[in-house]
Amino acid sequence: MAKKEYAFYPGCTSHYRGSASNYLVSVESMCKTLDVKLTQIPDWNCCGASVSYAGSGELARHVINARNFALAEQSLPGQDIVATCAACWLNARESKEKLDASAELLADTNEALKEAGLRYQGVASVRHMVEVLIEDLGYGEIGSHVVKPLEGVRFAGYVGCQTNRPFGIAGESFENPVYLDKLVETMGGEAVTDYDQKVTCCGGALAVSEPEKSQAQIKDIVESAYDHGADMIVTPCPLCQANVEIYQADVNKRYGTKFNIPVTYYSQLMTVAYGGTAKEAALDGQIIRATKLEEIAAKPVKK
Amino acid sequence: MSELNEQALAKYRNSFLREVEERVDEGEWVKMCMQCGVCAGSCPFGPHWEHSPQKIFMMIRAGKREEVLASDSMWMCTSCYNCVVRCPRKLPITTIMHGLATYAHRLGLAPKNQPTRDFSVIFWENFTRNGRANEIRLMLRLWFKDGIGAGIRKALAMKDVGLGMLRAKRMSPLEIFGGHGVKDVKGFQAMIRKAQEIEDRKRGFSK
Repeated sequence: MAKKEYAFYPGCTSHYRGSASNYLVSVESMCKTLDVKLTQIPDWNCCGASVSYAGSGELARHVINARNFALAEQSLPGQDIVATCAACWLNARESKEKLDASAELLADTNEALKEAGLRYQGVASVRHMVEVLIEDLGYGEIGSHVVKPLEGVRFAGYVGCQTNRPFGIAGESFENPVYLDKLVETMGGEAVTDYDQKVTCCGGALAVSEPEKSQAQIKDIVESAYDHGADMIVTPCPLCQANVEIYQADVNKRYGTKFNIPVTYYSQLMTVAYGGTAKEAALDGQIIRATKLEEIAAKPVKK
Repeated sequence: MSELNEQALAKYRNSFLREVEERVDEGEWVKMCMQCGVCAGSCPFGPHWEHSPQKIFMMIRAGKREEVLASDSMWMCTSCYNCVVRCPRKLPITTIMHGLATYAHRLGLAPKNQPTRDFSVIFWENFTRNGRANEIRLMLRLWFKDGIGAGIRKALAMKDVGLGMLRAKRMSPLEIFGGHGVKDVKGFQAMIRKAQEIEDRKRGFSK
């Protein structure tokens, strides 16, 4: 039996050849080493993301999240729900907290859920994968599997918004969370601890609808990583990852910069440090290749 | 003027604050704002909007209904939650801004051709169609919302980004034809309809 088991909520962008499919692949590799079993919530649906509010008031958005909770409770009783996407986690957790705090909201939600033959009991907790790593396993445990320390690689830990605010990781500050730096150091890498854009917003969904304004944000995020001597950026959020990586060429056109810095997931670092191949770490999913990680992945493990 | 807007005007007359409290998500928090301005200074899109959250909250109390509902400010919210964690009165500002946007859109008073408003509508339609967000259909709808010519220009401008995603196997053109979704689409949509019906009843939108 696996050491830990969770009801997994992978989110829409994780699907096969989706924009965060590389996140999913590397999370699965990381969890294999850690003996963490993730079972997808059967028939899970979209959380509503951050930008769908024109379509509906908040009740419907709580109901769609409650559908996932009800499905998890039904098929995977006793397991915490774990999301890897920052927005999935935020929306699910917000709905969970509101439903648990209001009997009226819970009754309305269950009245709507009945249309899909479901009922939310209010049992399952909603967690982020980072919470599983830090709280359920701990730095000692996740560090004990490192066979290839990421020596000599400098990482700017870009935490971003939605794994940090409004909930965040317990015990961390909103203005200067340090868990990502600690994760990097646990993997044997060098954390750029004075990276001053670590909680700056990348524009989120507005990178699509307001590209100029968002790219001004992205420029600051990337520029500061360069200024502090980082080799690459690492993040826990799929939208941060996509926005900061894929628009660098646009930012270069707009500002005359020459940015070309890889943006990776913590799970990719961990997979490489655990001795995984570049493919297992989904490094082939980078648009800007993370060559320093590829080189470490290609080296044999020192006996 | 939309029928819903006329109905709201007749019902609330000169009390826009009460209207917001009863009809906008988390609207009952508006009166708690103490006008410190931390939200205004914390917003990443601060240089771009017309009114800060602080101003919006005071305008609501001052009954500036048309100006608030027609403001572009709510549509500039990136959902970064910076204002929320810094607000000394703990107002759920992000949710209130989204709620005001929802309400303004519903009454037909939100600014026309506001790009995030368009995106928001398209996003909602996109994932409620079959239960999951479909990235490629979302992008295509957005690019072609202003017609074929504008769409082709936009697609060409985004060509390098798209090719990069394709090469990295992070974009699937096959998703155009239907794509991934939930199995119980019928139940999913029925439960959303029910939720909207309940909310409409409670907020006095339906008779």
